[in-house]
Formats: sequence, structure tokens, C-alpha cells
Amino acid sequence: MTPLLSVDGLTLKTGDKTLVSDLSFSLGAGERMGLIGESGSGKSLTAMAVTGLLPKSIVPAGSILLDGRQVVGTPERTLNGLRGSSVAVVFQEPLTALDPLMKIGRQVAGPLARRLAREGKSPSRREVEREVLQFLDHVALPQPERIANSYPHEISGGQRQRVAIAMALACKPKLLIADEPTTALDVTTQAEILKLLDSLVRELGMALLFISHDLPVVATVVDRVTVLRNGRAVEEGPVKSVFDQPRDDYTKTLVEAARSFDNALEGTA
Amino acid sequence: MSAAEELTPATVSSERKSRWSPTLTIGLILVGIHVVLALLTLFWTPYDPASMTGGRLEPPSFAHWVGTDRLGRDFFTQIMIGSRIALIVGAGAVAIGAAIGVTIGLLAAFATRLLDDALAATLDILIAFPTLLLAMLVVAASDSASLWTAILALGIAMSAIVARLTRILAKRVLQNDYITASRTSGTSWPGVVVRHVLPNIWPTLSVNFALQFGIAVIAEASLSYLGLGAPPPNASWGRLLQEAQGTVYTAPIGAIAPGIALVTLVIGINLLADGLRDIGDPTRRVSR
Amino acid sequence: MLSLFIASLVLFVLLRLLPGDPANALLSVGADPRQIEAAREQVGSNLPLGEQFLRFLGNLARFDFGNSFISRAPVADEIAARLAVTLPLALLGFILAIAIAVPLGIVSAVKADRWYGALISTVSQLGIAIPVFWVGILLVMAFAINIRIFPSGGFPSRGWHASVEALRALTLPVLTIAIVMSASLLRYVRAATLDVLGSDYLRTARALGAGFTEAFVRHGIRNGAVPVISILGIELASTFLGAVVIERVFTLPGLGSMLLLGIEQRDYPNVQGVLFVSTLLVLLVGFAADLVQRLIDPRLRDKVGAGS
Repeated sequence: MTPLLSVDGLTLKTGDKTLVSDLSFSLGAGERMGLIGESGSGKSLTAMAVTGLLPKSIVPAGSILLDGRQVVGTPERTLNGLRGSSVAVVFQEPLTALDPLMKIGRQVAGPLARRLAREGKSPSRREVEREVLQFLDHVALPQPERIANSYPHEISGGQRQRVAIAMALACKPKLLIADEPTTALDVTTQAEILKLLDSLVRELGMALLFISHDLPVVATVVDRVTVLRNGRAVEEGPVKSVFDQPRDDYTKTLVEAARSFDNALEGTA
Repeated sequence: MSAAEELTPATVSSERKSRWSPTLTIGLILVGIHVVLALLTLFWTPYDPASMTGGRLEPPSFAHWVGTDRLGRDFFTQIMIGSRIALIVGAGAVAIGAAIGVTIGLLAAFATRLLDDALAATLDILIAFPTLLLAMLVVAASDSASLWTAILALGIAMSAIVARLTRILAKRVLQNDYITASRTSGTSWPGVVVRHVLPNIWPTLSVNFALQFGIAVIAEASLSYLGLGAPPPNASWGRLLQEAQGTVYTAPIGAIAPGIALVTLVIGINLLADGLRDIGDPTRRVSR
Repeated sequence: MLSLFIASLVLFVLLRLLPGDPANALLSVGADPRQIEAAREQVGSNLPLGEQFLRFLGNLARFDFGNSFISRAPVADEIAARLAVTLPLALLGFILAIAIAVPLGIVSAVKADRWYGALISTVSQLGIAIPVFWVGILLVMAFAINIRIFPSGGFPSRGWHASVEALRALTLPVLTIAIVMSASLLRYVRAATLDVLGSDYLRTARALGAGFTEAFVRHGIRNGAVPVISILGIELASTFLGAVVIERVFTLPGLGSMLLLGIEQRDYPNVQGVLFVSTLLVLLVGFAADLVQRLIDPRLRDKVGAGS
């Protein structure tokens, strides 16, 4: 069976600087993979490349096959059709990722109504509202009605991120890309969101591409990882073996750093 | 930084290499032409500005490149002098505006809450009045129309904007920890101002001054147009345009040439300001 | 309210700073001592300053600006008549400027990489370097002298009763204002649009399947409008006060020329009246802009007394 996402020899350049070089990985339906690297390693760019949302100054080369369609060099109209149905993204900054002037309910209704139209249904406004509330409830938001009627600045960061996840889920995508979804949150909320993502992805049978700089965080949610450094893949494999026996030096330093931090925490716990 | 910019760290470093932009070059050329013309008038002009040698309102010819005005004076000479006037006005107004504005702005930044609020409110009101109007009032107050009155008027009018900008910038600088560090190590307040505040606010202020220069030139032209500026032979372009308006049917060049001179100077100044801004802060999006 | 008070104070101070006993202005008109004393009485320059200010405030509240020194007619009446010229001029120019600047500004931002996007941006750079009176003169040269479509100046003496004439008289002035204002407005619209284009919420909408136009219209327009509206307020305010120059170019009997004449003739009640009304208009516009902003942006509603 062809993988859901197949990235082959992806190279991203801007001017004469190469940001990502010769990156290859693939993801099957329902599989979960982590993309790890520091800032500037090109991981977020890869996510943008997969969805076809690279800024004009960055030129992609290589091949990205998403749900059977080529992404690189494809006209916008086709790409637009892929977004939402084949892939959806949850971003890092929950405050700025939501329209500050629009109520939450309406914002979730957008992608939701689009998906319903895609499925050939034409629901009434009430039906859409009901489903919006259902999704808000599904991401474990308390008092979905109150939240739906609120503006982004009136709810907390963790709640906003749940809303972002709800919006992505409302599309019922085959692949969910999570780009540092918990980095901007405090540790407790981080754990909750990770758990939520884990259960939802499992329940809905979506594929997950989890991007982060935080190895331990990623390890809890995915089965495989690819480690990026300066735009190159330096190691990849099942998360347990990469964690326990890292082969590449860079990966070793990452694992070491994470471990010593945990040890320090345990020491003071 | 916008989302797109965050994902492209590479563009920042590549822009840092090329600070010199075509904007800056064109700006320098345009302003340079006027500076040269202005300096030239100190020694030589094609004709004596006051001499009425040519016929009245003659069209451009070999003898008179831009023709003559209604009294027979060479028009090109008048325009050259206009360059000198415009540059003097711009420089003078900005200097005065800066002197007054920066002082008040700094005082406001250091002042107590109440005084600062009152100053801020007053500044906002003054800024709501267009530069031109304030300048008009000052000129009227001085009872005579001369070049220096106009410069003073414009300087005073613009000082409010400079003051507000200085206040905001200085306050921002003062909030930093290194100020407290400096104070605890014994630097007096004036020392803090000289050593920390001024150098930090200078880049933004200087770009603002450059833009104000252009605004001053246009404002002075408007003042002269309204009859509140200096009369010939110290006439500015605004005055020339005012005189030309009456005879625009017979001698259209009179209403066009000074305008072109003015526009080229102001565009040059604006481009220069944009270029300076890009030099001072290369991490920002390039001006166009 | 506080702003109005401070404005009155500033006005009062500014006017008192103008040299010469106001009454002296009448000497040039050949008045007798009784008239001068009456003028002094009216202006109150024979009273202590504090009392003068209180009288000043009281009169302002009743829109009693006194009588013109020159014409002896009530200032308020004159202002009302001239407002009938200046207000439509400013408003029409403003509306036209928005109609030009908003679409062009958006286009120049969205299509910044195309030649026409860059062209619009360049032209607007030019636009802010041109003095408004020159634009007026050029328009007069083009449309009133070479091709005689519009009058080169003046306003029908019957005012708006001769509505067609009045509109024709205002066409070129309105066009002048619109051209100059749209140049500077365009740059703000362009900047706001660029911010929207780079925003995270737009990226989210597109990542979830919204087409560019749909995402822009649904989210971008309102978000982009917020900073533009405060600028609009300032620009409209400047137009009221800056009409002086336009009215001189086109010889229109508006507030601006009243101010200019008043200053030249030391007609203090006139000057005072015009400045007060203008300030009032400016503050009203600012207030309206603030209101609209709060309507659009829910974040501003929670803070009490938000805004500078």
C-alpha cells in the first residue's frame, strides 16, 4: 500500500542558502512520526512544504507525495483541495493562530462547514453549531457553549490550543501535522495536550507528524523519529531504539541533554 | 516577526550583507543635485536674481532655460535659489524641532506620572493640529513674514511630534535593566541620558528627522503659497508657484517647474530616509 | 471631555500669545475710542486672566464666539455658512480617497511581487512628496484652463441652492484632496495588508483548507481595518484643518479661508471661532474612530478608557 505521505529528496533553498537538503521519509496511514531538531533545523519548513504553504522566497525541489498527489510545483488550486481533506495543521502559538476578532464558534465552523460540503452535505446553521460544540467537547473543553461564544483573548492558552486542535480535527484529515503544539504552553498544560492528541489521533485513525525540538515530549506520542540537523536527516528509526541507543553524535547529545535534565529533576523531586 | 519571517532565518543574514540599496542611491542623487545647485547659488547664478533682463513671461529658451517670470527675471535662477531656501528651511526647522522636541520629550520621560500624563495629552492635541496650521499661527504671532519666521514657526510646530516620539523611545529605553545597573554603579541621570538613552534612540529619531525635513520643505512651500513666507529675491518655490498661478494660461512653465523641483527634492529626501532606515535596521523588511 | 478642556486651554493660551491688544486691530480700521472699549469689553482683555478664561469657556459652550471685529457680524453665523462648503469638501474628498486607497493598497500588498503591485507602491511614494496646492494647480491647468470642464475656482454665491454649480465648483478641489490623501492612506492600507498576509491566523485558515481569497476576506479585512481606522480618523481631521490651502487654490469660501483672513486682519473672534470649531470636529472624528474601533475589536472593549 502506498504511504500516505512520501517525502523524497526534498531540498529547500532560498537565494543561495540551502535550508533543507535531501530529506526523505515516509508515513503510512495511521502511523505516527516525530521530526526532531533545534530551531533553524528546517523542521517547520518541512511541514510548510508538505502543505504547500512555503513563502514565495523559498524554492522547493524534490518530491512530496501527499495522499497520492504531488505537492512540489503543483498549482495552488490543487493544493487547496488537499488542505483540510488530506492534511491539517496545528501550530505553535495558540494566541496568534486564531483570529482575534472572531468568536471561537465561528472560527471552528469554518473548516467544519467546508468538510461537510466536501462530504456532499449542506447542513443548516443549527446543525453546524451543534457539531462545533461536539468538537469542542471532544477536545475536553469545559462549557463548550461558553467557549464557542468567547473570543480568543478571553480564554487561556491551553484552551486556545485545544480549540486549534478542534479546528484541525473538524476537517477530518488523513494526516495531522502538529508543529510544536505544546512549546508555548506551561508544563502541566503541555502534558494534558499531549495526552489529548495521543487519544484523538488514535481514536480517529489519523496519521500524525509531530514536530518538536523536545525529544522526551515527542517520544510519548510517536512510534518513529527522524532527527534533523541543519536541514539534514542525521538519524531515524523507532523511537525507543533512537532514544536508548542513539547512533549519531548529534542525537546522542540531544538524548544526553534530555536525560540529565530528567535526572536533575528526579534528584530534586 | 510574522510567521513567514520566523521560518526564514537565512534571509536575515543575506540582507545584512547588502545594506546599500538602489533606494539610497537614487535618494542621494536627487538630494545631491539640489545641494549642488544650492551651494552654487552662493557664488554664481546664471543671472543676477533681481535683474529683469529678459522679456516678461518668456517661454524656455537658450538664453533662459526655464523662461522668465512676470517681471522679466530669469526663472532658472529663481529655482536654484529655491533649492537653497528649501534646504535651509528644512535643516533649520528640523534643528529647531529637534532641539525643542528632544528636550521636552526627555523631560517628559523622566517626569513624574502626573506631569508626564499632562504633557502627553497636550502633545497629542498639538499633534492633531496639522503642522501647517500651527506654523501659520506662529507666523501670525510674529507679525512679519520672513524666512527665519517661517523656519521658527515650522520648528515649533514639528517639535510636538519629535517630543512625543522621543518620550516614547526614551521611556522604552529607561525600562531596561541596564539602566538600573548603570545607576547603581554611580552614573548620574545626565550621564545615563548621554551614554545610554541618546545613542539608543538616535537611529529611529534620525530617520524621523529625515522625513520631517521633507515635511518641512512642503510645509514652507505651503506657507509661502499662502503669502506667509519670504518674498523675492529670497522666494521659495511655494511663493513662485503662487505668483505663477495668476499667469498659468500664458506661461504654464511657471507653474510646473518649481513644482517639479520641489517634488524631486522631497522624493529624494524620502528615499534617503528609507535607505537610512534599512541601513540602521537591516533585519526589517526592505522598504519596498 | 478632558481633551476638550485641554484644547480650550491651549487655544486660549495660543490666542493670548498673539501680540498686540486685540482692540488695537481696530485702530487700522479707523474706529473711535468707544468702539475700541466695546471690543475690549467683548474680548474681556480688561479683566484679569482667570476671569477671562472662565468667560471664554462659558461662551464656547454656547457657541457664542462673539462678533467679527471687521464685519461686526456674529462669528457663529459666518462659520455655519462656511461649514456648508468645507464639510462637504472634506467628506467627499475623504470618501473618494478611501475608495481609491483601499483597493489599490490591498492590491499593492498582495501582488507586491508583480510589477503593478510595485508600481502602485512607487506612485504612492511620489504622492506623499507632492504639496497639495500643486496638485490643485495642475488640475486647474488640465481641466479648467486647457479643457474647460470645471471652473478654476469660486463657489456660487447662492451656495447649495445652485446645487449643480456647487458640485461643479467642488469637483476639482475634492479630486485634489482625494489624490493627496489616498497617497498617504494607501501606504497604511498596504502596511496593514502586509501584516495580515504574514499573520498566523491567515496561515491557520489556509492550512485548514480555506482558499486565499476566502481566508483574506473572512479574517484579513477586519483585522487589517483596525489600524487603518485610527489613521483614517487622523487623516480626516487633518483635512478639516488643512483645507486652508485648498480653499486658497480654488478660491472657496470655506473655514480655511476664514481662518487665513482672520489671522491676516487680526480678527480674533473669527480666528477663535474657527479654531474652536475645527478642534471640536477633530475631537468628534477621533471619538467616532475610537468607537468604530471598539465595535470591531473585542479586545479593546474590556479595557476601560482604552486608547492613548
